[in-house]
Amino acid sequence: MVTTGERPIRVLIAKPGLDGHDRGAKVVARALRDAGMEVIYTGIRQTPQMIAEAALQEDVQVVGLSILSGAHLELFPRVVEELKKRGVDDVLLFAGGIIPQEDVPAVRAIGFQGVFGPGTDTHDIIEFVKQRAPRRA
Amino acid sequence: MDADQLIAGVTSGDRRALARALTHVEADDATGRRVLAALYPRTGRAQTVGVTGSAGAGKSTLVGAIAREERTRGRTVGIIAVDPSSPFSHGAILGDRIRMQDLTADGGVFMRSMASRGNLGGLSESAGGAIDMLDAAGFDVVLVETVGAGQDEVEVANAAGTTVLVANPGAGDDVQSMKAGLMEVAQVMVVNKADLAGADTAVAHLRALLAIAGLGTWEPPILKTVARTGEGVSELVDAIDRHQHHIHHSEHAAEERRLLAQRQVVSLARAALHREALVTAEASGLLAGLVNEVAARHRDPRSAAEALREAIRRAWAAGG
Ligand code: B12
Ligand SMILES: Nc1nc2c(ncn2[C@@H]2O[C@H](COP(=O)(O)OP(=O)(O)OP(=O)(O)O)[C@@H](O)[C@H]2O)c(=O)[nH]1
Ligand SMILES: [Mg+2]
Repeated sequence: MVTTGERPIRVLIAKPGLDGHDRGAKVVARALRDAGMEVIYTGIRQTPQMIAEAALQEDVQVVGLSILSGAHLELFPRVVEELKKRGVDDVLLFAGGIIPQEDVPAVRAIGFQGVFGPGTDTHDIIEFVKQRAPRRA
Repeated sequence: MDADQLIAGVTSGDRRALARALTHVEADDATGRRVLAALYPRTGRAQTVGVTGSAGAGKSTLVGAIAREERTRGRTVGIIAVDPSSPFSHGAILGDRIRMQDLTADGGVFMRSMASRGNLGGLSESAGGAIDMLDAAGFDVVLVETVGAGQDEVEVANAAGTTVLVANPGAGDDVQSMKAGLMEVAQVMVVNKADLAGADTAVAHLRALLAIAGLGTWEPPILKTVARTGEGVSELVDAIDRHQHHIHHSEHAAEERRLLAQRQVVSLARAALHREALVTAEASGLLAGLVNEVAARHRDPRSAAEALREAIRRAWAAGG
């Protein structure tokens, strides 16, 4: 790295609730890293407050939630609310895991711009982030 | 938020302003430099503590435990944790928060992860600025976790007042291989994972190494901790406090402050010179050719490096 090029995109990948399925989150985190991004991974069992606070402190451009437990309609709105409470209003939100088709409109309606289910090619996820991540500094 | 808003925000304890200011500091852009310069007079009040040691030694777990202990003592804590960037993609996975999850909910703690972004000394180039920012924001203690360090990653000693070196039991060879470099920059030695067999042997190894290291006016204590349970952490914080007293209030304080300032100026200048030299080298158009010659074994790397240095020197003499 000789010259200062593009700043890496900073992404938070988080797992809300008691869901212990972390393979998908780790696969996505590694794929984004290999695409040149800086990925903050906070581990499993995060409360909406913890996720929002981590997003604030880390000043990430992108927040990705991974959930396979089925509690998305309960937890996602609370994460959005906690972000709002802290004035974190300029992040790209997206999600993945087991989110049934019929729930996708509701998830989009609260601000998630992308929803990626099982079998998603990580290249599609990388492209999505590269195109939509808001710029910082 | 522009620079003035950031300065006002950081000063008044606005966490979002602090987070954004850190982003500018990390980017080393004009806003970041302005904010840092304006806030610099507010620095110098925090205890700055570096935590270094090999990969997996338990640095993050220990930083979490230290932070919890500091909180019970009524102090607020800022944390910077640096993880390595991939040399291939320049990306990084920053996972130190995993070990400090509970602290995220504590309003008296602010933690920021940083990638090393190609810097070699165990920190990122802007870590020093980030420490100053947390100091200026009013945190009583600023803890800095380095990337898993080898022997040469001693930069943290230039950025923090107290450096804690973390070793493990059963890693006798590991301790041996630390050599004088790391030993000489650490003011507190910790054998973490003292719940595992061989902790006392590791302590003895460290003591033997210390005996042959060049020490100043401070004799580093050697402590045992179990970061996972918090055992020994109160004694560790006591030792950090004693060293902070030594560098700030003892008869040696003036000399210690001068030495730290010297290390800071020299290390920042060295980083800047290094960067500029590489830019000049690229601009000279000579680098690629020399690399090809060496790769083809038409030329030895030492004479190629010498030729490059000559070219850089000439370019700088000519004012370029
Ligand atoms: C492996 C597995 C387990 C492992 C988990 C190991 C681990 N550490 O992850 C074990 C055996 C421990 C386990 C346990 C349980 N499991 Co289970 N498990 C699975 C299984 C078979 C595969 C999940 C997986 O790892 N896939 C591979 C990864 C790479 O894919 P992925 O997570 O889907 O991720 C991809 C995308 O979704 C997306 N993605 C994921 N996250 C994110 C995030 C972002 C930001 C983005 C952009 C994209 C994205 O990108 C990834 C790459 O394509 C699924 C069934 C299935 N086919 O999905 C059930 C499944 C998830 N499990 C289920 C259940 C019920 C359980 C248990 C409650 C008990 C049980 N009956 O087995 C426990 C609960 C554990 C707990 N504490 O939470 C149910 C959930 C039902 C529901 N949601 O309504 C499923 C769907 C099985 C089923 N059909 O019933 N499980
Ligand atoms: N037995 C035991 N394990 C510990 C102790 N402290 C930490 N560990 C474990 O050691 C492993 C590494 O801990 P981390 O805190 O992530 O180590 P680290 O030095 O920060 O690692 P890197 O940042 O990757 O270099 C984890 O599995 C911890 O749970 C301890 O006192 N005893
Ligand atoms: Mg760590």
